[in-house]
Order: sequence, then structure tokens, then C-alpha cells
Amino acid sequence: MNKIIISLLLLCGTFFVISGSIGILRFPDIYTRLHAATKAATLGVAGVLLGAFLFLYFENGIISGKLILGIIFILITAPVSAHMISRAAHQTGVKLWEHSVRDELARDQEEHKAKI
Amino acid sequence: MTLQIILNILIAGLWMFLNESYNFLTFFTGYLIGMALLFFLRRFVPDAYYLERAWKILSLIILFIKELILSTWNIVKLAYQPKLDVQPGIFALPTELKSNWEITLLANLISLTPGTLSVSVSEDYTTIYIHAMDMPDVEEEINEIKNSFERAIMEVTR
Repeated sequence: MNKIIISLLLLCGTFFVISGSIGILRFPDIYTRLHAATKAATLGVAGVLLGAFLFLYFENGIISGKLILGIIFILITAPVSAHMISRAAHQTGVKLWEHSVRDELARDQEEHKAKI
Repeated sequence: MTLQIILNILIAGLWMFLNESYNFLTFFTGYLIGMALLFFLRRFVPDAYYLERAWKILSLIILFIKELILSTWNIVKLAYQPKLDVQPGIFALPTELKSNWEITLLANLISLTPGTLSVSVSEDYTTIYIHAMDMPDVEEEINEIKNSFERAIMEVTR
């Protein structure tokens, strides 16, 4: 039973990481790619780490705090880095995908400039 | 809240001395007893019972994990679709949250929820700009963020 849970976690984790990578390759522009990079990869890595944690606990009786800390740090850092990358991209003028419908940030920034 | 936690730890220490066994298990039992005592005496201690707030933090974390799994599922579905028929775009979300801490938390939560990614925060901290994977249901999205996340964060911090 333990082994089934552990292998399920590992398989789900690797599946999510692979799907995230395929998403990064297939999506059209940097913003949609970041969607794939942050969400799928975060959950994938968290799943793999959780599987490793359970394995160490059931097989060797070790409670490995480092793995839990790793999950927490990934959950904290992934959205921050995505925010910074997308913000930097938008400020240096990376275009959105041609099928994008709206860009309220660019509109507001131009209004701001016009006021000054 | 800090006063209640300190009281609780004091009760746990007292229990340890009464039992004359100084290990983690007795401390833990004492802590549980302290929780119960504080619960029964909550009329006489200032502020609301602190475990209520702990419960709210826990429910925020559970909400977050649920949304993370849902969003990953959405991305996986999109990644394997033969043709990408979405309309991405950036929209503005007016927020009522004030302090830096709350806005950081909200932006991070938005980044890890289905179909949204926070791109920028306006200089006066009143608007968060969000990149959405699929624009047509933006009104619904704004309402959902306002109702679920903003309220959950407010309950924790205020």
C-alpha cells in the first residue's frame, strides 16, 4: 500500500513536470509560457519531493525535514520569480501574442506618461 | 494573540514541572491542556481565542492547495490540446488590501491559481495587473478572486 502511494506521487509529479515542459515549448509567447512554468512545474516538483519524503519515512524511518522545507521554498519562490520575469518582460517591451485581446497595463502606463 | 500563546507555553511548562518529566511528549500534553484551559477561560483573556485565527490560516492554505491542483490540471489540458484556441490578455484588478504583506500574499496566490499570473502592481498599490490565459470570462474571474482570496486574506490579517 505504501509503495503504491509513493509510486503514484512520483508518477504524478514527473507527469506534471513533463507536461509543464511541453507547455513551455508549445505556448506562443513569454506570458503564456510562464503560466506553464510556474504552475505545472511547482506541483510536479512538490509531488516528487513528497514521494521521496514518504519513501524515506516508510523505508528507513527518517523524517527528512529538508524535503518539506524544499516544498515550502518552491511554493514561495516560483510565483515571485514568475512575477519578476513577466514584469521585466513587459517593461522592456516584449510583445504579447498576436491573438491577445487586451493589454490594460500598457494602456494605464501610457495614461500615466501622458499625465506627466 | 501573542499574550495567549505565551500563556499557553507557560501552562505547558508548568505541566512539565508538575509531572517532573522533561521531554517533548509531556510538553505537548501540557500544551493541549493549555489550549483547553484558554478555550474555557476565553471570556477573561483579552482578544479573540487565538486558535480561531490559526484555523483561518489553515483554511487559507487548504484553499491555496486546491486552487494549485486545479490550475495545474488546466495547464496540462492546454498543453496537450492540438490547437491552442485561447484569448490571452492583461487585465487590471482593483484591490482593497493595504499593507505590503497582504498585497504580496495576494499576488503570489493569484500567480498559482487557474489561468492567471500577476504581472505588475501599480505604484499606488491600488491595482494589480494580471495576465489571463483566457479573457472572455474575466468578470467572473475578478469576482472569484475578490470573493475567495481577498476575503480569506482579510480574515487572517485583520
